[in-house]
Amino acid sequence: MRFVSPLVAAALTFAAGLVLFSALGRDPLAAFHAFFVQPIDDWNGVAELALKAAPLMLCAIGLAIGFRAGVWNIGAEGQLAVGAIAAGWLAVGFHGAGSALLLPAMVAAGALGGMAWAAIPAFLKTRFNANEILTSLMLVYVAALLLSWVVHGPLRDPQGFNFPQSKEFHDAALYPLLLEGTRLNAGVFVAAAVVAAGWWFMERSFGGYTMRVAGLADAAARYAGFSARRTVWVGMLAGGAAAGLAGVGEVAGPIGQLLPSVSPGYGFAAIIVAFVGRLHAGGIVLASLLMSLLYLGGESAQMTLDLPSAITGLFQGMLLFFLLAADVFISYRLRIAAPARAPREAAA
Amino acid sequence: MKLGIVCRMLLGAAAAALAGAAAAQAPLKVGFVYVSPIGDAGWTYQHDQGRQQMEKALAGKVTTKYVENVPEGADAERVIRELAASGHRLVYTTSFGYMNPTIKVARQFPKVIFAHATGYKKAANVGIYNARFYEARYLTGIVAGRMTKSNVAGYVAAFPIPEVLQGINAFTLGMRSVNPKAEVKVIWINSWFDPGREREAANALIAQGADVVTHHTDSPAAVQAAEEKKVYAVGYHSDMSKHGPNATLTSAVHLWGDVYTRITRDVLAGTWKPTDIWGGFRQGMVDVAPLNKAVPRDVADLVAETKQALVAGKLHPFQGPVKDQSGKVRVPAGQAMGDDKLAVMDYYVEGVQGQLPKK
Repeated sequence: MRFVSPLVAAALTFAAGLVLFSALGRDPLAAFHAFFVQPIDDWNGVAELALKAAPLMLCAIGLAIGFRAGVWNIGAEGQLAVGAIAAGWLAVGFHGAGSALLLPAMVAAGALGGMAWAAIPAFLKTRFNANEILTSLMLVYVAALLLSWVVHGPLRDPQGFNFPQSKEFHDAALYPLLLEGTRLNAGVFVAAAVVAAGWWFMERSFGGYTMRVAGLADAAARYAGFSARRTVWVGMLAGGAAAGLAGVGEVAGPIGQLLPSVSPGYGFAAIIVAFVGRLHAGGIVLASLLMSLLYLGGESAQMTLDLPSAITGLFQGMLLFFLLAADVFISYRLRIAAPARAPREAAA
Repeated sequence: MKLGIVCRMLLGAAAAALAGAAAAQAPLKVGFVYVSPIGDAGWTYQHDQGRQQMEKALAGKVTTKYVENVPEGADAERVIRELAASGHRLVYTTSFGYMNPTIKVARQFPKVIFAHATGYKKAANVGIYNARFYEARYLTGIVAGRMTKSNVAGYVAAFPIPEVLQGINAFTLGMRSVNPKAEVKVIWINSWFDPGREREAANALIAQGADVVTHHTDSPAAVQAAEEKKVYAVGYHSDMSKHGPNATLTSAVHLWGDVYTRITRDVLAGTWKPTDIWGGFRQGMVDVAPLNKAVPRDVADLVAETKQALVAGKLHPFQGPVKDQSGKVRVPAGQAMGDDKLAVMDYYVEGVQGQLPKK
């Protein structure tokens, strides 16, 4: 049943959308066409869909590994930023070197950067039992300031009129394009490979099994001798590495330089993606594509139907709301009971 | 060089031919990309007011379309491209962070004309425009300098880029032109739009003795904080008086309508060229909002007079001698700061307290 609820949620979101578009005085069918079909009715649209889904997919699969073990890493947004900084530092430092090793080095640096950032909450959790939800979230803001410092200071483009941005990366520091005339780049292969690795780890490896046990029954895991520390470390580092790779994908992909902000909140949106995808690799792929389509559809609805940009957030919110509601109704039965009578006899 | 000229001529001819054809047929489709929701005040609101004014001025000849709340970064390029691909022949990209995406899309769509706000990169089909916000800042500084009792003004600022520093410095120079004891305290919030932090920063500045608060951020939060704490405020972007009717002395206002009408008309006529527009009072791109009732008559007269001098080009806010915080002379007496120096400003002038965030 757990796998049915996303479908129920999607169906209910569509139904509510129907009502919403009608209430706004738009033809609902035209609105649905603008929202869900028009963005992907050519190759460029499909490329954009994949491009936008890739960072969501990466962050979500990394988070899912932790979430399944009860390790609540909320800081993927910060780990993404640090991954981007690490990769960007190499790209700017070796600007124009033109070496074929630069891009692989950036990918490795990005993953390590994200892991390093995730290691802080992991250490605080295992050493001081500090709540990782709080520490990982707070480190998001620290990472944002770190990125801001980097683009205002050491990596600022000297020819950039003091604007906070790095120079544009050399071609050797960018993922090669896959489809002429689009922005789709080899970064999607990285995303696909990481999702596959995540699937294998969660479903097929002994390490993944111990983590699942830890998430389902903490006491059983301890009884079996599975290390709780190890669970925290693996959960956090997996999330950090994947988010760091998402950061590399942005700066070595569509952005092509370091900016004061390299992500419009992928690290947070990925939490929704992970849960809509039921913390399973296949589900996460589908959920990230749906989420990406909602972003694209929102823009297209603005352009063709003059709908406000808030429509995107509204659809994402409805999707999550209906999903949670469906989960509640699947797990619990609603009983309408008469209110308890006042114990009259006792009073008498 | 030669090739560039030939290209430009060809492009001009192509644009003229296109515009000629367009005038005979359907109205010109014009697209706008906004960095935030339009809302009811602020940076994007002013751009949208400009769009509406242009659409009215060129009624029947243009249709406009906008996409709001487009983050700077990877998403911008997609939206700009989508506008260009869907038949918009002129696209305005209204935030600095759209610069590189605009240039990238412009390469793919050589027949579409782009106008980018506040950047510095041009191309054969990309022009740039910006306003001399600091001119309006200087005037609002005069009002603040005359109205402050504590001689301390608070400034909530976003990022230490030249445009923001021009504003802080011009405001300070304006204040000190009428009140040599005046000082300005700055709090950087590292965001263009964050009402919570804007308000906190304004409260902190008021607690540090500021009795006039201004902001270079997008929300009216600083003005609202001033209203609540019963001190004065100077608004930015839009006339903020509706958000703080008692507090708001005046606002430094952006006006984009005329420049949008001008650029769009040039495109319609086929006479558009990739120019660099940087206009102030004289070009009607900035102004000060109507003054608060509390501002005495002589101050109002001084503001009107100074505005006339700015319009006539007789006065420059950065008229030498301009010293920075360390006492180093940045503009010698008898000279005005050139645009080249303005564009890379990275210091505080004398009278601003505190240190610029370290590089």
